[in-house]
Amino acid sequence: MNELAIHLENVSKHFNYFDLNSVNLTLPKGQIMGFVGANGAGKSTTIRIIMGLMQADSGNATVLGQEMPKYQTQIKHNVGYSSEEMKLYGGKNLGWHMAFIKSIYPGWDDIYAKELLQRFDLNLEQKIKQFSKGQHIKAQLLLVLARKPKLLVLDEPTTGLDPVARQEVNNELALILKDEERTVLFSSHNTSDVEKISDQITFIDRGAIIDTNDKETFLENWRRIQVELPSTHPMVPMGNIVQIEQDGRLASVISNQFCPSILEAYQQQNIKVLAVENMTLEEIFLANVNHRRQAQTIGAK
Amino acid sequence: MYLQIMSQIKQKVMVGDWQTGFHLPSIREMASVTGVSVITVKRAYSELEHEGVIITQQGRGSFIAESESIRSDLQFSELDEKLKKVVFKARQLGLSDDETKERMNQVLLNTTGNEQ
Repeated sequence: MNELAIHLENVSKHFNYFDLNSVNLTLPKGQIMGFVGANGAGKSTTIRIIMGLMQADSGNATVLGQEMPKYQTQIKHNVGYSSEEMKLYGGKNLGWHMAFIKSIYPGWDDIYAKELLQRFDLNLEQKIKQFSKGQHIKAQLLLVLARKPKLLVLDEPTTGLDPVARQEVNNELALILKDEERTVLFSSHNTSDVEKISDQITFIDRGAIIDTNDKETFLENWRRIQVELPSTHPMVPMGNIVQIEQDGRLASVISNQFCPSILEAYQQQNIKVLAVENMTLEEIFLANVNHRRQAQTIGAK
Repeated sequence: MYLQIMSQIKQKVMVGDWQTGFHLPSIREMASVTGVSVITVKRAYSELEHEGVIITQQGRGSFIAESESIRSDLQFSELDEKLKKVVFKARQLGLSDDETKERMNQVLLNTTGNEQ
């Protein structure tokens, strides 16, 4: 039995102005992964390869134990996909769409669909073209959630939603946590959405995975250390330091492999530790991206 | 993030909402209710077990520990944590422990009951 819902091995894809570079990604069944990257980082390309909508130039993609895109039709029943680009029929109403999806997917849950309709505050009779952007996104999510697929792949599910609608969607995603059989991969550039409900976090930037780990490990490893230096000389980096911001005798140091022994090392050098702070996922993401980009620039010189 | 879940559970115990022997929601239920990932709740539960606040029984779930003084224990350990921060700060400023005690005495004398 294959316990991985998604498995990408060295997946590459070349475009004229963008390359997806040897992407490795594993998502165990029953877990939720937040896939975080800036606009144009390669999130949607990766997701399209996972969905079998695009063929990689090289590497292997396996979803629910099936090779992609070869077996994409076989797994469609068990996979739900939603993306901003997908359009519903403007001239039809939501009720028509629900009946249509229900006729294709045997897993459709009428009771759940009704609940979603209520919680998302959507109207069955209203034509899709009269929907606001937020209603359109929520309608799409309803159609994919009510099928109860084993694997949900959501490309930017909360992008473009107002705070109220975003909360509705996030609450709905949280309810999925109850079901240990269901796996979710969702991409976002909104780290606060990802921060709460994800078990795994993967950062992507410029077509490459820059970091992947379980969320608690991320939050544990990354720390910001505020220090007071003995003089205004530039601080010498030591340990696993990705960033130093120094102003006079005060410095703010970011470590991606924090361990308390670094604090002792500082004390021995007469560096006073003022505070050790936890970082938010957003801060971690930014520090991570900046660090990698700097390393790339230096490497290119 | 698991620290937040831990402190929320401790708060529940401290205000008396969750009394000794209370059956905690399962990890998945808790995750779903709080909207926080399963891995985070798991971590919070295991740390709480380690601290003796909850007891987990295989197949039955987790319970608030059977201890008469659990509420006050938690309240005092929360206070101690705050005092530790004060001590840390004072030592950083170069105060001797006696000087810190003296300052503490002054603060105690100068604080009336109503101030927050």
